[in-house]
Amino acid sequence: MKSIRQTIKDKGANVLNVYFTAGHPTLESTPDIISLLAKCGADLIELGMPYSDPLADGPTIQKSSETALRNGQTTRHLFEQVRSARKQCSIPVILMGYYNQMLQYGIPEFLQEAHAAGIQGLIIPDMPMDVYERDYKKLFENNEIEISFLITPMTSEERIHQADRLSSAFVYIVSQSSITGKQGGISEKQIEYFQKIKNMKLASPSLIGFGIHDKESRSIANEYSQGAIVGSAFIRALDGKGELAEKVSNFMEQL
Amino acid sequence: MTNTFSYHVSESGFYGEFGGAFIPEMLYANVEEIRTKYLDIISEPAFQEEFNHLLRDYVGRPSPLYRAETLSRKYGANIYLKREDLNHTGAHKINNTIGQILLAKRLGKKRIIAETGAGQHGVATATVCALMGLECIVYMGAVDIVRQAPNVARMQMLGASVVPAESGSKTLKDATNEAIRDWINNAETTHYIIGSAIGPHPYPDMVTRFQAIVSEEIQWQLKEKTGKDHPDYVIACVGGGSNAAGAFYHFLHDDRVRLILAEAAGKGIDSGHSAATSILGTKGIIHGCMTLLMQTSDGQIVEPYSLSAGLDYPGIGPMHAHLIKSGRASVYAATDDEAMMAVIELSRSEGIIPALETAHALAILDKMTFKKDENVVISLSGRGDKDLNTYIKYLEDHQIPL
Repeated sequence: MKSIRQTIKDKGANVLNVYFTAGHPTLESTPDIISLLAKCGADLIELGMPYSDPLADGPTIQKSSETALRNGQTTRHLFEQVRSARKQCSIPVILMGYYNQMLQYGIPEFLQEAHAAGIQGLIIPDMPMDVYERDYKKLFENNEIEISFLITPMTSEERIHQADRLSSAFVYIVSQSSITGKQGGISEKQIEYFQKIKNMKLASPSLIGFGIHDKESRSIANEYSQGAIVGSAFIRALDGKGELAEKVSNFMEQL
Repeated sequence: MTNTFSYHVSESGFYGEFGGAFIPEMLYANVEEIRTKYLDIISEPAFQEEFNHLLRDYVGRPSPLYRAETLSRKYGANIYLKREDLNHTGAHKINNTIGQILLAKRLGKKRIIAETGAGQHGVATATVCALMGLECIVYMGAVDIVRQAPNVARMQMLGASVVPAESGSKTLKDATNEAIRDWINNAETTHYIIGSAIGPHPYPDMVTRFQAIVSEEIQWQLKEKTGKDHPDYVIACVGGGSNAAGAFYHFLHDDRVRLILAEAAGKGIDSGHSAATSILGTKGIIHGCMTLLMQTSDGQIVEPYSLSAGLDYPGIGPMHAHLIKSGRASVYAATDDEAMMAVIELSRSEGIIPALETAHALAILDKMTFKKDENVVISLSGRGDKDLNTYIKYLEDHQIPL
């Protein structure tokens, strides 16, 4: 199966990474949503591991996490869901979760199981870069699990270079200093920040996320990086009425 | 390597295996700014002068160290109460908010946010914001807003906005989540005054330093009264642990002093309705630090229970986790009922109505034995005015005559 890095390289531009919370709206829907997204043109899937205390997430992802946990979603389910999706499609899957969830599973076991289930990458927003480099980098590489680190408008240049060096999948450009799910236009200040990152000519590809929710914001993300990450907007679409397949294809069309 | 010989925070922000800063990048710049500046700022003579002046003339320090005669007779030892309940705003919390507001001003922040459980930290934050003319937003669990209504009114009276946290269990943990999210959204303008010895490094150490005045005073006050500069025991209740951290600080490396923590057992440790973190908790991450916390095997944080809104936190400060794991501190747990009995006893035998949190520290006296002439200091961390509704209802429900 193709790596995340290779998938982005091959496409070169306009990459679309779609996020949703595993186990939302139902446990059974997760493998179907993965393959529907793949069929409708997503390049990468970012699967959220629902967490009781998602510090960096806004109300939409918080609510979807609560639903998923109420549905009984666990880390073990998640591996099963990806395994099941793998029977239908080969789109790269990235897990996004909080450090504590992986810590309690056991990091070596988690990486092994993730790889065995057909997962390509991880995003762990609250795992410090130096902890990764010191304790886990080798382990990730041995299990062929790629990682992405986040940068924000407040990240220093030194740390941007560190994130660039350590991200084996892509650098995750957080579009603004905020939690997930903010709607509204992209400001001049944000454009300046995107331009600054673009001018740095990072060695890793980068994708822009947080607040990307329509054609306009997506095209800006495409202009300043290799593509966009869409999350809360898709979850809101899933929460709407109608057949799952229809909701996914309608959402992808208006993006 | 774990340094078991120091109970202070290490250069890298750890207490043994606990502590650190496990935060998303969105918070990194803010926390880093505090980490690189806090020690310099708080050691400036001008800062120290302003801090000490406010503690003395505004808070009313030193708080008295009072020998409780009835309790001393009952337990056969010298029981001293460190009267933090007599501070302005009624608890130890104000020591930390004075320190942090002075820090926030020096960092050029215009907006202050805080989380609160019982409301004492919220009131203490609203108070210093009013004093300094800074905007104040306090996050409080929707459940706690109901059980601590008098403190909500006090915060509003002081000009603060109280924002209900409607997520999760709608208590202290969720209020903390909401405050952190606000901080992510308003990183440049805002300082987050964490009220307990929790959170990412350097918060546990910073809060502990601002609360350390409590043990500093105990040292000289006890010397004045007994000729000894150290007690045999210091007892404090623990939720996140700022009160205990302050009461212990100057005795951490003095082996003659036994450090005792009182946790909230709720309806009983094995009842499924408890907040006894040191017994029910396992190592993990909560609110940016590695510590002991109540969680499922899948790493989901469990909602704790205590009748007391200030102790139902699923974690414990990382310094305390280290003190417990290394054997330096011992933990006893008191149930809701035991704490309530202690409230009634102190009210009627000493004429002091303690906060429900504080009552847990009094309740564990029954589980301990002391030698004659031993000096026992209990941190009387807060007064019970805010809990009167809870107390009256409890007495009625249990048909205890008023």
